[in-house]
Amino acid sequence: MTHFPHLHWVWWSWNLVYDLRYMLAFEFMRDLFEAGTMIAIVSGVVSYLVVLRRSSFAAHALGHVGFSGAAGAVLFAVNPFYGLLAFTTVSGTGIAVLGKNASHRDVEIGTVLAFMLGLGLLFLGLYQGYATEAYSILFGQVVGISPAQVAYTFEASVPVLVALALVFRQLVFASLDEEVAEAKGMPTMLLGVVFMLTLAVAISIAVTVIGVLLVFALTVTPAAIAVRLTKRPLYSVLLSVGVALTATWVGSFVAFYEDYATSFFIVTIVFAIYIVVRSIPLLRRLVRWVDGRARSFASSVAPPLRRLSGRVSGRSRSEPSPDVLRGVPAAGRPAAPERPAPASTDPDGA
Amino acid sequence: MSPEVVRGDHLDVAYRGTPVWRDANFGIGRGEFVAVIGPNGAGKTTLFRLLLGLVRPERGSLRVFGEEPRRGNPKIGYVPQTHVVDRETNVEAEQLVRLGFSGHRWRPNLTPRSWRAERATTDEALGAVGGLELAKKPLGAMSGGELQRIFLAEAIVAGPEMLLLDEPLANLDLRRARELVELVHGLVQARNVTTLLVAHDINPLIRCLDKVVYIANGRVATGPPAEVLTTRSLSQLYGVPVEVLRDSRGNLVIVGGEDSHPDPAA
Repeated sequence: MTHFPHLHWVWWSWNLVYDLRYMLAFEFMRDLFEAGTMIAIVSGVVSYLVVLRRSSFAAHALGHVGFSGAAGAVLFAVNPFYGLLAFTTVSGTGIAVLGKNASHRDVEIGTVLAFMLGLGLLFLGLYQGYATEAYSILFGQVVGISPAQVAYTFEASVPVLVALALVFRQLVFASLDEEVAEAKGMPTMLLGVVFMLTLAVAISIAVTVIGVLLVFALTVTPAAIAVRLTKRPLYSVLLSVGVALTATWVGSFVAFYEDYATSFFIVTIVFAIYIVVRSIPLLRRLVRWVDGRARSFASSVAPPLRRLSGRVSGRSRSEPSPDVLRGVPAAGRPAAPERPAPASTDPDGA
Repeated sequence: MSPEVVRGDHLDVAYRGTPVWRDANFGIGRGEFVAVIGPNGAGKTTLFRLLLGLVRPERGSLRVFGEEPRRGNPKIGYVPQTHVVDRETNVEAEQLVRLGFSGHRWRPNLTPRSWRAERATTDEALGAVGGLELAKKPLGAMSGGELQRIFLAEAIVAGPEMLLLDEPLANLDLRRARELVELVHGLVQARNVTTLLVAHDINPLIRCLDKVVYIANGRVATGPPAEVLTTRSLSQLYGVPVEVLRDSRGNLVIVGGEDSHPDPAA
């Protein structure tokens, strides 16, 4: 698949600054970066709530529901973004109202999802045009992003970020301890609807870059990475946004020079970070194991070495050479100074 | 006698159309430590939902702090039986306690003074449950007893006058259960906070209790443990012969009650 068909002759100069400036000289790349930045911020924040509320299936379903909305919009010659937004917000509200705890409503979500995908298939069948439209909805934009898309990405993002800033703490509380929040008189269902609406918008804007099928990589995985690294909600959100931004920026940058889809690179980067983070405990155990082996090896080798060096230098065994003792515990050392010597060259100085 | 903070008269309660218990009369005084005991499905949690204003009685009157029960009453701290927190919840305990203090408020706290106040109150609540060293520990990595202490801190951090604890002793071994009961009892005495604690087993509690609310067979019996937990009163409650046995250390065994408990749906 050709991502930027008119640019297939572009190649790396191996000077990153030059490459970056060259890329940003193209207006459609600036547009892509502007929209991508907004998308990454919104989905980074929303993904934390998705992970906290265990709503990843809802996130997955909303993306697919969005596909049907976009297909319908294409059929009726409306901007696909409005179709996406309409279908995801309506379904999201429905899911939030049906089940207080969306994660426990898999059956309902799946049922709605299947019906919505069926609608999408019908729309596709009725549409007599090219399949490329459907393809770009599924996998992200084939050709860069239009200035109009940048405009509505901003228009949709700002209210979402404002809403999240206002009710973030309340949403975290209602997600972490729903029953207590309810007993305290919080409108938990309304908060659930607000969450689903922000998720719907996040997905609708992200789809333009990454596509319906891969939207998971921006609306779930960044926070899944973040919560493994920090246990404070605020830090998790910042880290999640950082991951989403890194993936979007680097992915778009690489895709400008390499002739493959942006969404592929974004998904790959997110996945790579996820794998690294998941393997941290394993790496830790490995390091501890290697360390343990090295220590046991050192302790089995050090005494004979010490004896050997004592014999070579002609000293008695109780006064081994200081060189050999570097890094060996102080137990067998000759009289240590009263206080630890400072780093200066003259430890005995007045 | 201390003034009553809860008063129920001739209460009938239903859960999803099925009657749970009928004609309950009870009063709970300020600063009392009360155990709510009874078999599964007898309507112990329903009592809490009633006090929290989450369900309405079918009949009768219920007063909580002299008024109709209402959702969001700041005088009540609540620890539910089930929680969203599980092994995957990588959020430090302190954050949950802080949310218990200010998570339900819509006014953002943006001044350093309110931050300091929140921090001080959170630390105080964590200290009161002996959980200061747990402040930075993720909820997902905690044992059952540690989690219960954090939930308790989350409930007391807002300074309630009444605590409702739903099955805090479930999943705890006997020693941890006793420790938690002593902790709660200490809080009851130090803060003069009325506490209702739902439990299956009366024995870890019996030394600290002021009152027992025994719910069984669609009826509610209330009174001091020595009056309620007797062969005569429980037989009356269940409507079949029930025997209360006592061992040498004061532990109670109730024989016959659970077997004869009729299916509440029937």
